[in-house]
Amino acid sequence: MRLAGFLLMPAGGIIVLAALSMLPPGAAREAFVLAGVAIQGFGLGVAIRSHLPRPEEKE
Amino acid sequence: MKPPVLPDNVAALAFVCVLLMPCAVAGLALLAAGLARSRNVAHSLLSALCAVGVAGVVYFAVGAAWQGTPGGREAVLWAGGRPWGWIGSGRLLLLGVSGDVSSAPLFTMFGLFAVCLAAIIPLGAAAERWRLGACCASTAGFAALVYAPFAHWTWGGGWLAQLGATFHLGGGFLDTGGAGTVQAAGGLAALALAWILGPRRGKFHPDGTPAAVPAHNAAFVLAGCFLAWLGYLGLNCAGALLFARCDVRGAAIVPLNVTLSAGAALLAAAAVTRLRYRVVDASLCANAWVAGLAAASAASSAVTPAGSVIVGLVAGTLVIFSVEWLELRLKIDDPAGAVSVHAIGGLWGLLAAGVLANTGPEQWLAQVVGIAALLGFVLPAAYGFNWLLDRRRSQRVPPDAERRGLDLHELGAGAYPDFMTHEEF
Repeated sequence: MRLAGFLLMPAGGIIVLAALSMLPPGAAREAFVLAGVAIQGFGLGVAIRSHLPRPEEKE
Repeated sequence: MKPPVLPDNVAALAFVCVLLMPCAVAGLALLAAGLARSRNVAHSLLSALCAVGVAGVVYFAVGAAWQGTPGGREAVLWAGGRPWGWIGSGRLLLLGVSGDVSSAPLFTMFGLFAVCLAAIIPLGAAAERWRLGACCASTAGFAALVYAPFAHWTWGGGWLAQLGATFHLGGGFLDTGGAGTVQAAGGLAALALAWILGPRRGKFHPDGTPAAVPAHNAAFVLAGCFLAWLGYLGLNCAGALLFARCDVRGAAIVPLNVTLSAGAALLAAAAVTRLRYRVVDASLCANAWVAGLAAASAASSAVTPAGSVIVGLVAGTLVIFSVEWLELRLKIDDPAGAVSVHAIGGLWGLLAAGVLANTGPEQWLAQVVGIAALLGFVLPAAYGFNWLLDRRRSQRVPPDAERRGLDLHELGAGAYPDFMTHEEF
């Protein structure tokens, strides 16, 4: 789960770069850039969740 | 190609401003030391000095070459029919940098102090449990592998700086004072370290509720804010002169905007803490002040004073809720609030610059792309490197060292040998 979170962040970044280089200026490009950032946000959420202490780990 | 030649008056002012930048380093170090407990103060300050030393040497060895300067040599990747400058390819060991008319030494000085500032940010989140040796190794990796490539993208004429020219996104990624390159990058590295090191011993009760660990010296914390103010004025003015091509008159708005943003952030934090806790919380106000400085660093030469006040008000409010959220919900132990102040403050500043700066259409998209680069590269890279380092040898001190204090454990003597210290957990 931790690895998945940290892989989703660069994956979202690659979508952003692909949108920039492959799409003409306009709404579609903006939408894909935002979608890439949303995927990064999801990855960050997964990473955060994976770092939450499990009940038995709490000090 | 060589870096741009600056007019003499601009170069002279930039030189003076760059010389103020170490004040920001000293301010943040003092702030983190004040927020630590008395048994860890000397260790905290020495760690900051070590981080500065390591970052400086790494910058000399490889960082300056990999970061590069605008118009300097760089490795270019071609994709989609466009050039993507991804890393500088200048000479290692600062060979070739001399006092010529190209202004290269000015850019180099600025880069050196900026990497030192970025390198000490993670210390705030890793305080009171980070080994000195691990701090040096982690700082070296951060300065070389994480900071230098990203700094090339923004300040070295790399692909983020060229977004305006290649993709018609406003004026390219706006980050003249390092809200992303220094603040957010340092803050995200701080988050990675806080995760890897885990919370301090006794920070969270068995039921998960956090224990209050009071700062040992509020005077250090607040004096650190004054010093940081001076340093950030220098950082932002120098950035505006070197990267935004402001002239001397144009740069006069920068100190105004930086101060307004910090002041608004402080007032917002004072009001919010007064409303929520019935008292004005000094350490949270100090954090908000620095968050205001960090947020203003994105585009202090391109926003109006009214825009700076808005940036500061939001930054000051955000930092209060972020500190609380990280501690209560996410169980992240960040003694100096480095993640909230630098990562959240820096990212907010970048986003606000996209909306408030008068640099052309689609500037917001350039800023979003820059934020995507931070989340897609800086955080995973910082986490990955520190994870590997931790696998080799734990970066954290043993539990007994935490109990005795890092001053005694690693340095052999406390910072206040004359004072009686009470038993803490």
